[in-house]
Amino acid sequence: MSHTPDALLEVAGLSVDFRTRSGTVHALDKVSLTLASGETLGLVGESGSGKSVLSFAIMGIQDAAARISAGSLHFAGQDLLANRGKAMRTLRGRELAMIFQNPRVALNPIRQVGRQIADVISRHTGVHAAACRERALQCLAEVRIPDPERRYDAYPFELSGGMCQRVMIAIALACKPRLLIADEPTTGLDVTTQAAIMRLIHDLSARRQMSTLLITHDLSLARAYCDRIAVMHAGHIVEVGPSAELFAHPCHPYSERLIAATPHGAAALSALASIPGNLPDLRRDDLPACRFAERCSRYGASCDAALELRPLSATHSVACHRALEDAIPLRLETEHVTSA
Amino acid sequence: MSAHHPVPLASTWHTLRYVFGENPLSAFAAALFAAFVLLALIGPWLAPFDPLASHVGEPLSSPSISHWFGTDALGRDILSRVIVATRLDLGIAIAAVALSSILGGLTGAFAGYFGGWFDRASTRISDTIMAFPLFVLAMGIVAALGNTVANIVIATAIINLPFYLRVARAEVRVRREAGFIEAARLAGNGELRVLFCHLVPNVMPPLMVQISLNMGWAILNAAGLSFIGLGVRPPEAEWGIMVAEGAQYIISGEWWIALFPGLVLMLAVFCFNLLGDSLRDLIDPRRRT
Amino acid sequence: MFQMIVKRLLGALPALFGVVIVTFVLTRALPGDPAAYFAGPAGSQEAIEEVRAKLGLDRSLPEQFVLYLRDLAHGDWGNSLTTGQPVLTELAERLPASLELTLAGLVLAVVVAIPLGVLAATRPGAWIDHLCRAITTAGVSLPTFFTGLLLAYVFYFLLGWAPSPLGRLDPYTTAPEFITGFYLIDSLVMGDGATFVAAAKQLVLPAITLALFVLAPLARMTRASMLGVLSADFIRTARASGLHPLKVLFVYAFRNALLPVLTTLGMVFSFLLGSNVLVEKVFAWPGVGSFAIEALVASDYAPVQGFVLAMALLYVLLNQLIDIAYGLVDPRARLES
Repeated sequence: MSHTPDALLEVAGLSVDFRTRSGTVHALDKVSLTLASGETLGLVGESGSGKSVLSFAIMGIQDAAARISAGSLHFAGQDLLANRGKAMRTLRGRELAMIFQNPRVALNPIRQVGRQIADVISRHTGVHAAACRERALQCLAEVRIPDPERRYDAYPFELSGGMCQRVMIAIALACKPRLLIADEPTTGLDVTTQAAIMRLIHDLSARRQMSTLLITHDLSLARAYCDRIAVMHAGHIVEVGPSAELFAHPCHPYSERLIAATPHGAAALSALASIPGNLPDLRRDDLPACRFAERCSRYGASCDAALELRPLSATHSVACHRALEDAIPLRLETEHVTSA
Repeated sequence: MSAHHPVPLASTWHTLRYVFGENPLSAFAAALFAAFVLLALIGPWLAPFDPLASHVGEPLSSPSISHWFGTDALGRDILSRVIVATRLDLGIAIAAVALSSILGGLTGAFAGYFGGWFDRASTRISDTIMAFPLFVLAMGIVAALGNTVANIVIATAIINLPFYLRVARAEVRVRREAGFIEAARLAGNGELRVLFCHLVPNVMPPLMVQISLNMGWAILNAAGLSFIGLGVRPPEAEWGIMVAEGAQYIISGEWWIALFPGLVLMLAVFCFNLLGDSLRDLIDPRRRT
Repeated sequence: MFQMIVKRLLGALPALFGVVIVTFVLTRALPGDPAAYFAGPAGSQEAIEEVRAKLGLDRSLPEQFVLYLRDLAHGDWGNSLTTGQPVLTELAERLPASLELTLAGLVLAVVVAIPLGVLAATRPGAWIDHLCRAITTAGVSLPTFFTGLLLAYVFYFLLGWAPSPLGRLDPYTTAPEFITGFYLIDSLVMGDGATFVAAAKQLVLPAITLALFVLAPLARMTRASMLGVLSADFIRTARASGLHPLKVLFVYAFRNALLPVLTTLGMVFSFLLGSNVLVEKVFAWPGVGSFAIEALVASDYAPVQGFVLAMALLYVLLNQLIDIAYGLVDPRARLES
């Protein structure tokens, strides 16, 4: 497998299965993705499309039932799948870090937040306790928590949701990682806090030249903060492109519908379109080549052929036969679907 | 169920097969339970000898063809005594559990539904009972009320009361404000009618689980009380007392006197605990541990 | 912290009050006429009346209750008819024997149950998980008095590994000087190795018997709560931060999993204090339980009531200790108090 020279993270043909009692869930299917240094990539899609599975697989913290059945993961030239054990643990938290949704439950409820940060610092730097504390205080200040000395000894239940998310960010960034995966970092926070948290993440990534993978189902958030956007549907990446271009000219019918379903600006609620149907049952063995086919209004005979992400231009790729045939961006169709 | 209703019968059968198929231990426990019930019902006719008659065999003779479980110091047949004791042991436990589940269930349902002073008083009482080590409290109650089998039943019922009270109270409380209860009230049902027709049926499943988990403990408790000389008096056949009678012989090697009643007691408790676990898995899979 | 402990102890007052009321009711519920009972079978009518006045039975119930409280506070828990000694003295003499046994059983159970539960939770479906399941289901079904006898038969009669299951010391060893009343500790303090070994030998079987019974709820709870915690979001955070797996397991998961286990400990103490009575009878252990049983058999009620009250007070105290320990582990509980 060849590497794109300036890619920090390179995911190639990654497939992940879950073995459950009711069958094997094909959660990710030949997912490919690259993330350059300092770039912010948005990963969007509805719940259950595999965004979190992908991020957990990159971090090497996937569920015990998950199995990586194909593909490769490279970080800064290192093969992440070759050494999942100890080597991965030293990378995790130091080179790759992750923040989660619902910060209140993502922090240890009975350990002081300062010590949770210090734990990470001590693990990866091995400096003595007093120095860890110093560094942790700096981290708290860096995520703009007022009065770090006092907050150091606070427990998560004594802090607001926004504060807890700042602590999460401090934990993730404590060792200055090169890649940050932010998994729905604003879910469960109120709107003003959401904006502050996103700005904080954005500022810190920019200042540190840190690559960021922002996972969200909030398209306006992705549009505002990401350089590029990858759209996921049912374990496939269906479209990747620069944010502005993808929003202006979505090529995959799913991206198009997703954008149409996002409230923005002055658009009235009645103008919003819902996406018909549900994600296909990923336990099926006869999943179609295009997993959107069963929900797609443009479904045609050519859609059953094998499918992969193909470039439309130097920066824009799509996995849709119809879009590739047309090779011109689709217009938003006038008939808005109102019923699911 | 008659042939006119093949569907519910079939679905019950399917549920049963599913439950037992998932966990063969449940099937074993159910079979064991049936055997115990049978022994309790027709034990006296099955026993080969009169359980109270002494010298039906050589005293202290070890298990043999004629006396499968051997004989005790008075030459009584242990097998017969073990069989006949089933009725008394299960009877005490069932009576106690019935008493405490009905009383505790009703009190808890009332307390949960109406709240107020009744709720506070019943909670206080149940907390006070729970402030005692339960077996010790049972000893105290039997000592105070008098050393009879009826009082063993009462003591066992009292110490189990808080469990039923809590389950019923909690279940009623969470549903008190539920939509379907509100609807029943709006439809003009009286408070008592709402409580008994709409809430109590919802309390039954968790209460049933509690009952089956509790049965084993009630049996242990009653047998423990008779083991220390409370309640059942010799020469009556009861598992706890039989173990007590055999205790002094065990260090001289006559193991069978205490072993067989003890084993059967253990098996009975084990059977009820298994049934309780299966029932809980069936009714409330979330609490599966 | 000190404030919290004081508050917790004050919080025990309603429970203590309830316990005393119940024991009071139990003393008045004696079968027949208590005055006639205490006057003895040969008591004349006058003697009975005299006893009635002396016991305060001719007064109203609230008055009797106040008198009862006063007597309790003054350490007057009545006299044992069989030994003629004050009940409180008798109980105090025998309590260390019972406590030593109970604590030994508890320590054994905890030492086995908690690692078992943790291992079972970290390897769901593995043999250790099945072992844990089997032990927890079988363990709660064991009648303690029967397992005790069985152990005595196997290890004393058949194998001869254990000494004769009678009492705290074999007849050839003298008890160590009284310091704490715990033979194991006292003999160690005195530097008397032989006595320590003798006392330990006697203690092993009854302690195992007790431990077998309470092992089940402890292991079951540890496993369940550990399973719950291990799938919690904050464990994922800890793993994503690259923390060492042992640190995740012990500092992050285990401390959180301990909380429900601590709560279960209350029930476990209830079981322990109850089974203690049975085990003491089986092993002729000279503790408060044996004392109460002897009194029961002799229809000597004051010691039985004293025993019930003492055990309840001990249990309330233990529950407060558990609450305090809970507060030490969980900052949220500290805030509530």
